[in-house]
Amino acid sequence: MRIEFRLPSLGADMDSALLTAWLKKPGDPIAHGEPIVTVETAKGLIDVEAYENGRVVDLIVEPGTTVPVGAVLAHLEVEHPSPTAASAPPRPDATPAVAAAQPSEALPPREAFLPSEAGKPPPSTPSATPRPSAGHPRVSPAARRRAQELGLSQDLLEQSAAGAILHVADVEQLAATRAVTGSAAAAAPDPRIAMRAAIGAAMARAKREIPHYYLGQAVDFGAARDWLARYNAGVPVQDRLIEAVLIAKAVALAAARFEGFNGRFSDGRFEPATAVHAGVAIALRGGGLVAPAVLDADRKDLPTLMRDFSALVTRVRAGRMRSGEFAAATITLTSLGADGADVLYPIINPPQVAIVGAGAVREQAVVRDGQLAIRPTLTLALAADHRVTDGRAGSRFLRAIAELLQHPDTL
Amino acid sequence: MPNPVHEPPRAMNDARPPAAAATAPSPMRQSYRDALREALRAALHADPRVFLMGEDVGRYGGSYAVSKGLLEEFGPERIRDTPLAESAFVGAGIGAAIGGLRPIVEIMTVNFSLLALDQIMNNAATYSHMSGGQIHVPLVIRLATGAGRQLGAQHSHSLEGWYAHIPGLRIAVPATIDDARCMLAAALASPDPVLLFEHAALYNLEGERTPGLTAVDIDHAAVRRPGRDLSLITYGGSLPKCLAAAERLAEQGVDVEVIDLRSLRPLDDAAIMDSVRRTRRALVVDEGWRSGSLAAEITTRIVEQAFYDLDAPVARVCTAEVPIPYAKHLEDAALPSPERIVAAVRGVLGRGEAG
Repeated sequence: MRIEFRLPSLGADMDSALLTAWLKKPGDPIAHGEPIVTVETAKGLIDVEAYENGRVVDLIVEPGTTVPVGAVLAHLEVEHPSPTAASAPPRPDATPAVAAAQPSEALPPREAFLPSEAGKPPPSTPSATPRPSAGHPRVSPAARRRAQELGLSQDLLEQSAAGAILHVADVEQLAATRAVTGSAAAAAPDPRIAMRAAIGAAMARAKREIPHYYLGQAVDFGAARDWLARYNAGVPVQDRLIEAVLIAKAVALAAARFEGFNGRFSDGRFEPATAVHAGVAIALRGGGLVAPAVLDADRKDLPTLMRDFSALVTRVRAGRMRSGEFAAATITLTSLGADGADVLYPIINPPQVAIVGAGAVREQAVVRDGQLAIRPTLTLALAADHRVTDGRAGSRFLRAIAELLQHPDTL
Repeated sequence: MPNPVHEPPRAMNDARPPAAAATAPSPMRQSYRDALREALRAALHADPRVFLMGEDVGRYGGSYAVSKGLLEEFGPERIRDTPLAESAFVGAGIGAAIGGLRPIVEIMTVNFSLLALDQIMNNAATYSHMSGGQIHVPLVIRLATGAGRQLGAQHSHSLEGWYAHIPGLRIAVPATIDDARCMLAAALASPDPVLLFEHAALYNLEGERTPGLTAVDIDHAAVRRPGRDLSLITYGGSLPKCLAAAERLAEQGVDVEVIDLRSLRPLDDAAIMDSVRRTRRALVVDEGWRSGSLAAEITTRIVEQAFYDLDAPVARVCTAEVPIPYAKHLEDAALPSPERIVAAVRGVLGRGEAG
């Protein structure tokens, strides 16, 4: 069966991408999970993967072309098209490839989310048109006219309108973002400018839409540090664990146990996720930040997590990301490392509802068993979405992470 | 006569100001009540054809004390107490107007005007049309309207929207001191019947008079407060509530424009659309009930004429769809309030823009 292979949306505020290279040519066989094409977005080069087994029929878009999200890039002949293949991202264990109907938000694999109402049909579109599934995009009449004046395309509006109502202010912001990325692409492409614009747009949206609340928790990191030292002494250098992986595992375990921190907020309600895909904020050389996900972080043991994490960092810093891990995160951890500040107050990465910031581990004077003691101390800060949880729940969640870190051997 | 107010109720008595306050207005500040009285006195002086009639307008001085002192000044020929028979004295007013006089008929509250609805609608509103323009009815009817003073369901409704439905009438609503002082002359100058709705909660309102202002029209809406973010469209007793809401919103960084319609028939479409096109968002505040209301008419006109300028759905704050309750807390809960207006504005702005 012949299907259309479309440009998926790979992150919040992604409108379009530059097709940089085809990894396949007509007639080539393709396998599930195999990269087909490389596109450049504001966040870097991303390999878009196939979702089915089959072969390439024809390639439609020439390398060097900038195409909007949802554009048909190629036609594929596939053996058993998944019912959701043309429109919905795949299961978490697969690597997403074609997500034609997806809006500009970074959509995690749909199956990771439980429908909140029993009997509600799964939110996938059977059609392959680049329209959001919820009927007509909701763009205010004035915003439509402003978009016309600013020369924004209908497609762009519709993608941006998915999940939220687009008002005049949004259209103007969209145009401003595009002007930055557009002019950068036209002249000498400076990915840092586009990256900054993309981060700015996503964070502005977070600050505009998400009522954050913040909680801080000092964690005695002594047990974790001792355990790490013992573990790392017994394994080859390449297998050694780092603190961030321990923290990530604790966050992932707590996220799986406590309701309201793992999932996404869209269409005015929280959709919990069944799997924990831990986004990890990774700083890029030359500036910028991305937060791809380590899939199923709560179910992987520490050595596996460490390998996945290292591979992710290597790929991301080389500017190569996979579409699956890019959009999948259900909660994010951002960590400053040993030379960072004491506390990091993070901003939620929409549409997620929580993010944990980890400062540097410092020797601090603390009261322990009624005595002053010098202990390695980690300060965690949680930013969570007040539309979903309250400080009390956040406090339990954060304290659970602290408690988990007291028993590193159980992580 | 089923008129329930043979003796004006206690609350109405309480509404009458102390004698001293009525006699010594500051030259620049004035109450709404005193401004209305000044307008009546000026009209009676200016034109010998003008006279005032209604229940208790003479010896009692008016249920809301608007005509206090006028009987002494102008005599019983021109300040006429009537029986409690709305249909009769409104009909007499129509006849007098056709006969060449300029009657001002006071109806104690708009609820009682329903007894004269046949006269107002089938006679006053139609004669000009049915006579091919040969017979005009230059009648002015003053009515108290609105709730907020614990006068119970039979004295508290806001039915001006019903009258605004009727072709052949002009409906004007003074909501400021200047309009209270100047609208009557404009109404008397109209060849067609004009209903002037005075919100009962405004009689004690005090404000500045605009020096030198002697005449206003009854055709145009007015911008009472300019703003960028949203148009609050209102009239009459809801105007002070909207201005109070606008003040609170300004503290939250929301800059709303307040439009005082002044005339409910005809509606000043141009002023409404001019404002909505600038702010792109509108909230209509109307003390009438929501269903089939004037607020519904205004909303529809905005959608008809300014749809492509809208950045959000038009919203309304109206009175709860119950007969106005007597109990204070229930009455307050039923009516538009600055709190409800602020909340509705934030709702229209949406997405946390209101801070």
